[in-house]
Amino acid sequence: MAGYDLVVATQHFCCIKISPAHNGGMSGGLSILVIDDNKIRASIIEQGLHDAGHDKVIVVHQMEGLVRQISDINPDVIVIDLENPNRDQLEHMFQVSRAVRRPIAMFVDKSDSHSIEAAVDAGVSAYIVDGLKRERVKPILDMAISRFRAFSRLTEELEEVRSELADRKTIDRAKGILMKSKGLSEQEAYDLLRRTAMNQSRKIIDVAQSLVIASGLLGD
Amino acid sequence: MNTNLKPVIAGFIPLLDSAVIVAAAELGFAEREGIALKLIRETSWANIRDRISVGHFDVAHMLAPMPIAASLNLTSLAVPMLAPMLLGLGGNAITVSNALWADMAAAGADPEGDPASTGAALARVIASRQKSGLPMLHFGVVHPFSGHAYELRYWLAAAGIDPDQDVEITVLAPQVMADALAEGQLDGYCVGEPWNTAAVEAGTGRIATYKQAIWPDSPEKVLGVTRKWADANPDTLAALMRAFSAAANWCADPKNNVELAGVLARPDLLACPAEICLAALSGRIRLDQASVKDVPDFLTFSGGIKAAPMPVYGKWFYEQMVRWGQVQPSKEAEQEVEKVFSPTVYLEAMGLSGVATDATIEMFDDARS
Repeated sequence: MAGYDLVVATQHFCCIKISPAHNGGMSGGLSILVIDDNKIRASIIEQGLHDAGHDKVIVVHQMEGLVRQISDINPDVIVIDLENPNRDQLEHMFQVSRAVRRPIAMFVDKSDSHSIEAAVDAGVSAYIVDGLKRERVKPILDMAISRFRAFSRLTEELEEVRSELADRKTIDRAKGILMKSKGLSEQEAYDLLRRTAMNQSRKIIDVAQSLVIASGLLGD
Repeated sequence: MNTNLKPVIAGFIPLLDSAVIVAAAELGFAEREGIALKLIRETSWANIRDRISVGHFDVAHMLAPMPIAASLNLTSLAVPMLAPMLLGLGGNAITVSNALWADMAAAGADPEGDPASTGAALARVIASRQKSGLPMLHFGVVHPFSGHAYELRYWLAAAGIDPDQDVEITVLAPQVMADALAEGQLDGYCVGEPWNTAAVEAGTGRIATYKQAIWPDSPEKVLGVTRKWADANPDTLAALMRAFSAAANWCADPKNNVELAGVLARPDLLACPAEICLAALSGRIRLDQASVKDVPDFLTFSGGIKAAPMPVYGKWFYEQMVRWGQVQPSKEAEQEVEKVFSPTVYLEAMGLSGVATDATIEMFDDARS
């Protein structure tokens, strides 16, 4: 497979386009496979890698026949989005397939927990041929992480869950304050919060927050 | 009342045996134990592993061998883990294509799914295919460190079939197995419900045998926690297991089958027709389109002693890892495995301390441990 500098498959693998290398001096560059069915995100990453001087970037959107293709492409680095349901299949292939000639491991360096966390937070994972030097691969991973971050479903989803849990706690505390100070039942306390919110055209969580703060100021 | 709910974030894969976690979150069992349980649906076991490892999830629905593989440092992002509670027993089956079943039936396979008989028939089919120079049969499992992989391999090997030489075993996501069978990419697969029933319903596959027949009442999914989280949150873990226990007892009650199937089928959970969830929940398994077999304990949820992990279970999974070359055997590894599958934390949380924990394993071919 020597000679291509850019391979892009937008639909099927039968459409892989192999263009001749126009820069013989880059023959030592890493070949990078980007697997992402989000086409916009994939092209943004591809552009970023090109801008950083990587000219062997292969983008695929479809998983069909991927195992065979990876063995043909023989990439040094594979970047894959975490939403891809075929990660288990790929990881298994990296471990056992006779088709893949070189052992492939996840991330650059197990001890680099900061990078790993940042990658998972951003919703991306990377597999790297064993033995590659950390400083060659790290910038690629960092690039993928920063470009993925903008698209990250995972971070948003988690923030949503965390703030929802925090909201619930605040409402529970506000209810508790009302129950204690006014001798209400839990349901009555909640109804009072909801009524107040409706009358003031505010959200329940805002009313609850004000109440908790006020109660703190009054030395409850 | 619950003015101070403790938040817990749980990752799960949309499978029938996520029922206990789903019921705990959706039907109030978690809240009653003082826990605000939030579920996050995931698309791969690799994601479950990665996200619990970096702390996105406090706990997760996991394949029973996964916490062992993580604790033995056999996977990426491996961290020491525990499997403090079993979330489901049984629930898997081995489905083959109609064409393969026709050959197996002609070779004498038991239509009721007896594993010794169907395995022997498959061995005869494979021998005759090899003689005629036909291509190797392809089987699918969901993960290399899974009950599915070990059950399939055990069943094959017991019939004298070498899982690494006589067939090819690949990994595929559970929800695509039935399609892969229909398209001829696979000749068979071992997967949890409802993905066997899905192939039978579609008329493209036939259940050849099932987990409950291969290893009766065996652990399938576990509650997975990092040891770090378990050590930092002992009270929360205990309360969570009590919530899961109550939820499991609710799931185990046959009169709740229809309601449970309805909840699981929701678009934000399994996103499948409620009817195909009912087969395994009720133990009325359609082996093919014409025959229904009653397998009362096909899939078991339990909130009692049956949900306790036992070192002997962990050791069985570990022995399979050794048998199939996934790990080098060592005394230290074995001790580590016993720790991962220790029942102590569960028994203490449930007030069951002192209950006997000397479970034995009896396989269909009379092997015991």
